[in-house]
Amino acid sequence: MTGAIYSGWGDYLSPLLDGLKTSLSLAGASLALGLPIGLLLALAVAAPLRPLRLVCIVLVEIGRAVPALVLLQLAYYGLPSIELTLTSFVAGTAGLTWITATYSSEIFRAGIASVPEGQREASAALGVGVSDTYRTIIIPQGVRVALPALLGLAIQVFQGTALAFTIALPELLSAAYDIGNETFRFLSVLTLAGLMYVAIVIPAGIIVRHVEIRMGKHLSPELR
Amino acid sequence: MGPYWNILAGLPTTVALSALALAIGAVAGVPLMLARRSSLFLLRAPARAVIDLFRAIPPIVWLFIIFFGLAETGLQLTPFNAAVAGLGVISAAYLAEVYRGGLMAIDKGQWEAGHALGLSQFHTFQYVLAPQAFRVALPSMATFAIALLKDTSLAYSIGVNEVLFRANSEAQIGSGSSLAILAFAGGLYALLSIPTALVARRLDTALRDKVAR
Repeated sequence: MTGAIYSGWGDYLSPLLDGLKTSLSLAGASLALGLPIGLLLALAVAAPLRPLRLVCIVLVEIGRAVPALVLLQLAYYGLPSIELTLTSFVAGTAGLTWITATYSSEIFRAGIASVPEGQREASAALGVGVSDTYRTIIIPQGVRVALPALLGLAIQVFQGTALAFTIALPELLSAAYDIGNETFRFLSVLTLAGLMYVAIVIPAGIIVRHVEIRMGKHLSPELR
Repeated sequence: MGPYWNILAGLPTTVALSALALAIGAVAGVPLMLARRSSLFLLRAPARAVIDLFRAIPPIVWLFIIFFGLAETGLQLTPFNAAVAGLGVISAAYLAEVYRGGLMAIDKGQWEAGHALGLSQFHTFQYVLAPQAFRVALPSMATFAIALLKDTSLAYSIGVNEVLFRANSEAQIGSGSSLAILAFAGGLYALLSIPTALVARRLDTALRDKVAR
């Protein structure tokens, strides 16, 4: 080994920060697409229309049972065999969006289910239509219950962006690996990359716990 | 041997990797959890740091640190051993938290009852609390085991010859539709996780009643 583990970190910082930006964009894109799809899936698995319900259940079950890494590989290396070639960023977004949608649909479903039946009955008694009841009464309360778990999922999706290394996306882990290949100082550069993940994940975890406590105070007793 | 047989032949490696990492985690998680609950700051703080670090850094980054990073210090592990070590310590960190949650779910009166009967604190833990906490923790352990099984696919990135590694190689050399080959690999993981979930559900219902909450 040459020198202390932190020697050279000054030179590594800028390329690693570029990688981190890509990681964050990938996480942001996957969440921006995956969360709305997850909410739709959560509503659709309870839909009265049987074919729609079945399709959604299958999508969710595949997303849960298949490793995220395999989904990324399917999008990047698999789809070209049906003449659909995606860039590594689009393929990474597609794979992580599927994962986000799957896991968030379970969280949304639990949140919506936690809204008491009386709310639905009350709005029916007041003559509010089903879609308005969901849009203005059930979903806002359900999402509020779901918020801490959704933030936790967002952290996991950010950690999952490291998988995009395997589909040649220049995110944080790839940036670190490339530097390691040039300098033969993998331990040093990977440690710095690891600390960058820590610098985001641990403060984010603390924020999630605060939101959880605040939400707990905010909700009506029956929703706590 | 067709591409699909070659992928199937990676199953024993995938299963061995999951089982070894889970075994390391299940055993090492106990002292880690006890240290995390200790009243001694010198035990509690490092245990907490270890648990948080292993959970904050993505597993694939740990595998790289262990496989590529440690090699520079003269500790060159084989890809399989590096994957077992990496997934094993990550499992220990997660299972320590699962055990801790199980223990906190048990009524405090059980500690007091053990004390009143003249059992030492360690014996109360060993004979009264731990068996009940294990039953509470079991469903979360099963959920973790399934997640771990899926995470063994990460070992492909450091060259472990398991299911995804083989599927990826077959897809790259063009021995068939890469979509079908990778979907087959994905299906194998799904097939492995279903029996794990079934066993867990059955164990959970069988053990659920024997706990004082």
